[in-house]
Amino acid sequence: MKKLINSPETVLADSLVGVAAAHPELRVDHVNRIIYRAAPTRAGKVALLSGGGTGHEPLHGGFVGVGMLDAACAGAVFTSPTPDQMLEATKVVDSGAGVLHIVKNYTGDVMNFEMGAELAAETGIVVSVVVVNDDVAVEDSTFTAGRRGVGTTVLLEKIVGAAAEEGRDLAAVTAVARQVNESGRSMGVALSSCTVPSAGKPTFELPENEMEIGVGIHGEPGRRRVPLAGAAEVARQLVEPILADLDFTGAPTIVMLNGLGGTPLIELYVMYAEVRKILDAAGITVARSLVGNYITALDMAGCSVTILKADDDLLHLWDAPVNTAGLRWGI
Amino acid sequence: MVNDTISLDQLTGWLTRFRDLVTEQVSYLTELDSAIGDADHGSNMTRGMGAVVERIQASPAGTVDELFKGAGMTLVTSVGGASGPLYGTFFLRVGTTAGPVGTLDAPGLAAALRAGLDGVVARGKAEAGDKTMFDVLAPALDAFDDALLVSSDISSAAGAAYSAAQTGRDATEALLARKGRASYLGERSIGHIDPGAASTSLLFQALAEILVKE
Repeated sequence: MKKLINSPETVLADSLVGVAAAHPELRVDHVNRIIYRAAPTRAGKVALLSGGGTGHEPLHGGFVGVGMLDAACAGAVFTSPTPDQMLEATKVVDSGAGVLHIVKNYTGDVMNFEMGAELAAETGIVVSVVVVNDDVAVEDSTFTAGRRGVGTTVLLEKIVGAAAEEGRDLAAVTAVARQVNESGRSMGVALSSCTVPSAGKPTFELPENEMEIGVGIHGEPGRRRVPLAGAAEVARQLVEPILADLDFTGAPTIVMLNGLGGTPLIELYVMYAEVRKILDAAGITVARSLVGNYITALDMAGCSVTILKADDDLLHLWDAPVNTAGLRWGI
Repeated sequence: MVNDTISLDQLTGWLTRFRDLVTEQVSYLTELDSAIGDADHGSNMTRGMGAVVERIQASPAGTVDELFKGAGMTLVTSVGGASGPLYGTFFLRVGTTAGPVGTLDAPGLAAALRAGLDGVVARGKAEAGDKTMFDVLAPALDAFDDALLVSSDISSAAGAAYSAAQTGRDATEALLARKGRASYLGERSIGHIDPGAASTSLLFQALAEILVKE
């Protein structure tokens, strides 16, 4: 394992020190491992809290700031944060208008956030929850823990953050969050595994001439292992299952081509060109695009495609100003 | 001799013995979790129960509810993942149902454990045959209750529970996982014992062992 770390045990703590040093507009609670905005939540504004295991940067801490999240709880690499963290963060960001918890659908995350919300409710804070489950790679979702939360989480945090910034109330903000989750679908591919610092070796072995289609963001297995192919063929294998799952015609869409951490941007643009050809041929209108590393799996090589079926309101919220470490425009 | 009560000291000993067993079996639990999960169950349980016992040693509980609520909160805040909330909820509910007492009689212990199981079900939504800790916890408590119908002796009930726990643990090997990260493996989850079922079996082993020692 070659990594720029001091030790596997201190990766999270050391990185939070770096976040605090680089971003004076943010505050870091190093004990509870919470990243939150330096400016207190404006009175009447619904607060947005997310979190999860680390290793997916810039998600979630990199999306804390004006126009997106109010706070993010950080767990160990690929491990959910704990309810006491969610309770503390909820207390810090609540202005009295309530807090929306944005949770990716993984068993540990769901249970820890659920307990955190229960503890917060006991203190009188109104909490609502959206669980993101957009990964079409999971086929038998009724017989499993359900679809995983992946790329749509990024689009959701941006769009819902804008809705909260506009002053919409908790019910309205939650409704936008549910709409985004129901309208977004993702699919990923890995060309290599990732190496979790504490494990010290790759989570799985992928031969030079193979790729794993339908991979998640933790090095978990995908739908199938197939021979490596050119960008056009890989794009087809990612986009087709998404289009088979939801009808995207007749509405403007937002498309994200996301790198998993170990793939250069030039390859992501090659992939994006191929994805656009397929969408154009299918008669799908792409209104907005996002290409880059936004929800990663440490150093995994590969990418994911997310397509969101939008409407005028979602596009308006997407275009609203955002000022975070990971996403910034309109400021 | 029939032993129809269990003391706060014995219950503390139960948690300590559980800590010892998960620590001894850390590699085994992690190995099971490597096959169908994310390879952290052994280290998570060892860290969590280590914190529980440290807390008990630093400030011993005065009552049964204090003991188990403290253990539950410690697990919830120190473990993360799925096992933190599940084991944490189990012990929190055991404590709440046991109440501020210094000793539990056999029906009292049975009721507390049953409340713990209900908490696990409420938290994890698991059903029989999903290949989870439920597949050990439920049959073990049924065996515990059945044994108490015959005799009020807690140590023989705990022995029966442990025996049912082992059977339940081994039976998870043939099951298809329907909950948690293992469920994404589909058919590939068959042929492996569930790590949560294995650690729950250690919980009943610990109870049986500390009662036999008396």
